[in-house]
Amino acid sequence: MLSLVLILITAPFFVGIILKVKAKFAARKMPSILQPIYDVSRLFKKGAVYSTTTSIIFKIAPLVYFSSVVIAAFFIPIGSLKGVLSFNADFVYFAYLLAFGKFMMILAAMDTGSGFEGMGANREALYSMLIEPAFFILIVSLALFTENTSFYGLFKSLQISTNLSYILGLTAIYVLMYIAMIENSRSPVDDPNTHLELTMIHEVMVLDNSGFDLALIHVATWLKFSIYGALISNFIIQMEWPLYWQLGTYFLIQVAFAGVVGLLESFRARNKLGKNPQWIIMLSAIAIVLFLTTLIITKKIILY
Amino acid sequence: MILFLLKAIMILSLGLFLIPKKWMYFFTLGLQLILVFISSILVFKAFNELIVIKLHFLNLLNNPIYIEIDKLSAFFLIVISFTCLTGIIYAKGYLQPYYKTKTNTELALHFFCFLWLHLSMLFVAMFRDALAFLFVWEIMALTAFLLVIFETDKKETIKIGIKYLIQMHIAVVFIMIGFIWAYAQTGAEFGFNGLSVYFASHNPFPLFMIFFIGFGIKAGFIPLHSWLPHAHPAAPSHVSAVMSGVIIKMGIYGILRVLTAIHHDLFYIGLFILVISLTNGLVGVSLAIVQHDIKKLLAYHSIENIGIIGIGIGLGVLGLALNIPTLAVLGFAGGILHIFNHSLFKSLLFYTAGAVYTQTHTRNIEELGGLIKKMPKTALFFLIGALAICGLPIFNGFISEFLIYSGMFRSLQSGSLQTDIILLFGISGLVIIGGLAIFCFTKVFSIAFLGTPRSNKVVQAKEASHSMILAFILISIAILLIGLLPLAFMGPLSGIVNIFTANSSLIQQLIPTLNTISISSGIFIAIIIVLWLLRAWQQKQQNITLDTTWGCAYIGANPAIHQYTATSFADNFVQISNQIVNVKKTFKPFESDEIFPKTRQFNTHSSDKIENYLIMSPANFVLQFFNKIAVFQTGKIQHYLLYAFVFIIMIFILTLLNLI
Repeated sequence: MLSLVLILITAPFFVGIILKVKAKFAARKMPSILQPIYDVSRLFKKGAVYSTTTSIIFKIAPLVYFSSVVIAAFFIPIGSLKGVLSFNADFVYFAYLLAFGKFMMILAAMDTGSGFEGMGANREALYSMLIEPAFFILIVSLALFTENTSFYGLFKSLQISTNLSYILGLTAIYVLMYIAMIENSRSPVDDPNTHLELTMIHEVMVLDNSGFDLALIHVATWLKFSIYGALISNFIIQMEWPLYWQLGTYFLIQVAFAGVVGLLESFRARNKLGKNPQWIIMLSAIAIVLFLTTLIITKKIILY
Repeated sequence: MILFLLKAIMILSLGLFLIPKKWMYFFTLGLQLILVFISSILVFKAFNELIVIKLHFLNLLNNPIYIEIDKLSAFFLIVISFTCLTGIIYAKGYLQPYYKTKTNTELALHFFCFLWLHLSMLFVAMFRDALAFLFVWEIMALTAFLLVIFETDKKETIKIGIKYLIQMHIAVVFIMIGFIWAYAQTGAEFGFNGLSVYFASHNPFPLFMIFFIGFGIKAGFIPLHSWLPHAHPAAPSHVSAVMSGVIIKMGIYGILRVLTAIHHDLFYIGLFILVISLTNGLVGVSLAIVQHDIKKLLAYHSIENIGIIGIGIGLGVLGLALNIPTLAVLGFAGGILHIFNHSLFKSLLFYTAGAVYTQTHTRNIEELGGLIKKMPKTALFFLIGALAICGLPIFNGFISEFLIYSGMFRSLQSGSLQTDIILLFGISGLVIIGGLAIFCFTKVFSIAFLGTPRSNKVVQAKEASHSMILAFILISIAILLIGLLPLAFMGPLSGIVNIFTANSSLIQQLIPTLNTISISSGIFIAIIIVLWLLRAWQQKQQNITLDTTWGCAYIGANPAIHQYTATSFADNFVQISNQIVNVKKTFKPFESDEIFPKTRQFNTHSSDKIENYLIMSPANFVLQFFNKIAVFQTGKIQHYLLYAFVFIIMIFILTLLNLI
């Protein structure tokens, strides 16, 4: 239960840190770290405008999206803290649940009957389809290495195993970080700062959402970041550490992760849209390298 | 009692030709309800008693024919009877417009065939004797053919029907060869029961291949699938649903039944099934994405789902071969459960697509749009079907895919390098199939049901009739039951899996997992409801306004033209997969001095490469060859007499030379 609370605590500050880092590097005056929270709480107090073209799908989609992300957070362990729910192959449920949320958001975007939102929805559908194999191959490698099949089991055995796990950990963190960037529609695949509807992906999908719905979507994005940050932190936190030490590391990693995202966004240009599929498939290729490394480490491939 | 009822139904079915139009439907419904009743008794018995039920049915050519029902047969009885029952309920609404145009005999024949299709499929699952099996198998193919060509006024339909009939007969030949081969080699019983004798003493792969081709044509395994995407759209919707939901599963039944007889050298068989199923899944769903005909799209999804079923079965067989019990049990469990799941959501999708067709008279999704406003219930049920087929949580498709995933992940550590690589392909294949299915169903649902109407065919659409909606509800209940309370279905499922693995206690280990899945899904739904109430409360205090969709403040153009189309939705997928989907675009590019563009036309067309190269081009080659031979067919009696004369002389000469 504590792990869920931790994820919920870090979530609201995540985007604030990213914005702060980006402002620093752009030599702008920094917004308060609480700025995103102010924005969202204002949205929660507002009314809404619904398009006349939309139907019930548009109204229910943000709710499904938000709940899917919340439930996904239930499965994430942090260090020695077990997730709220945990079972064999829970990562399959995790991935498919997130897909459910995305499915509904794509439908909601198409529901408005807008060409722009169609574009965004379409790209989101393609990119999230392409990113799935990378996540699963990553998990396959970890499952093979640790001989475990739940999030908690994976990370528990990963932490107590040999130094070799750092080799895997490093690559896994790289892949996971970019998966997080794509899932949250950040650079290099998408740019939340762009002002041209034609090049947006996630932003354009929620053009017609307002008020309560938009606030939920924003909060879901924070949560997603926090979930991936928590996953990454598991590669570093050791289970035998005392709890306060684990918690300290967890917060440190979340801040560092947000900082890295801000840094990457400040210095990396976004990809050409047409190149995105290739770039995303590259992550699967890296995950396959990870898989092969695992086969060597577990002595299934024997090198002389 | 049961046998008497079965025989009585057979005789009573002839009565359909004697009664007036308005009674036909209820007469068929009544008889089918009796069939459902009979099959539920048999299913109940088969699942509660450990022994195989064996009843003497009749004598055929002095051979006693038995009905034999084990748990596998019983499982198929459920699948068949449930889909046929919802099919006939749905047909009441669907056939309504045809009562005016069709004659008495045509309608009677249709109902008669539907009833006999149900009956023959039940027998296919119950007969083990080869002769009786082939007999009912043939009845199944023929009745299905007559059902497909219901709309006989369309020339295309007849052509497709003939194509279907020919391919089914090629299938029958292969199955027959398989039985005869086994019988000739061993002299054991002529039928499924005799196969184990053959397999025990021979290398099973060649004979299995023959059966696989025979049953694979029925099941729609690539490259034997080419009848499927044509026959499904041509048939009336309740027939396409039964075809896709059940008839193709009878092919799977055959393969499973043959597999029960094989106990050694399973590795290559398993690998073969797995590889062909992965291809099926990936190619099926890729081709589905580029279709615009809603029923053809669903037909390609049937190919995809046969692939998923095959992945489960293939992994199960591999598990047996490599002695990994988890993989064997969970593979078979997932594959077999997916058979039932697919029959549910695919029939639901075909029914809803049919409801759309009856209202709009088009199957082209590019002409639809905004239907959710006109047919909210149909849209809701289509959405349920779409979510289920994508394998998303809280629906049934997830459970069967989860079982397969779970089997693969748990077997990673116990396997060798070879197994691990196979499993990696299995997992990534299943993931990509899932992702593409989501891509496809977001496309079809949003283009057909959401947005603004794209043509005025949508304008006069009305909600589907009550009988149709009753069928939707029945199926949706089953879908949600399996999705939310999977545990209830694991007992019977482990009984079926037991036939293959002889050890299904592993399913018991899944109980906590499945329990947690139910709990998670429960919380998921609860959060959605709470949020809904919270928002309703919040919005009560605010002012909610309705306005047009944001279009960069430009509201001049027709909103229907602004929207994304199915072609444009599929386009970015087509760009990365044109090797498979083979989409051709024809358009005239702009000229350099063309400042004000003139009216243009843009055409896209996709074709099935495998069908073109593997089926059509050899068939065309043979056709050309026969065309050349056709010079002899002059139509003049003198020539034919000459041929006969030449023939006699040939015989004479050959006899003289002692050659014959």
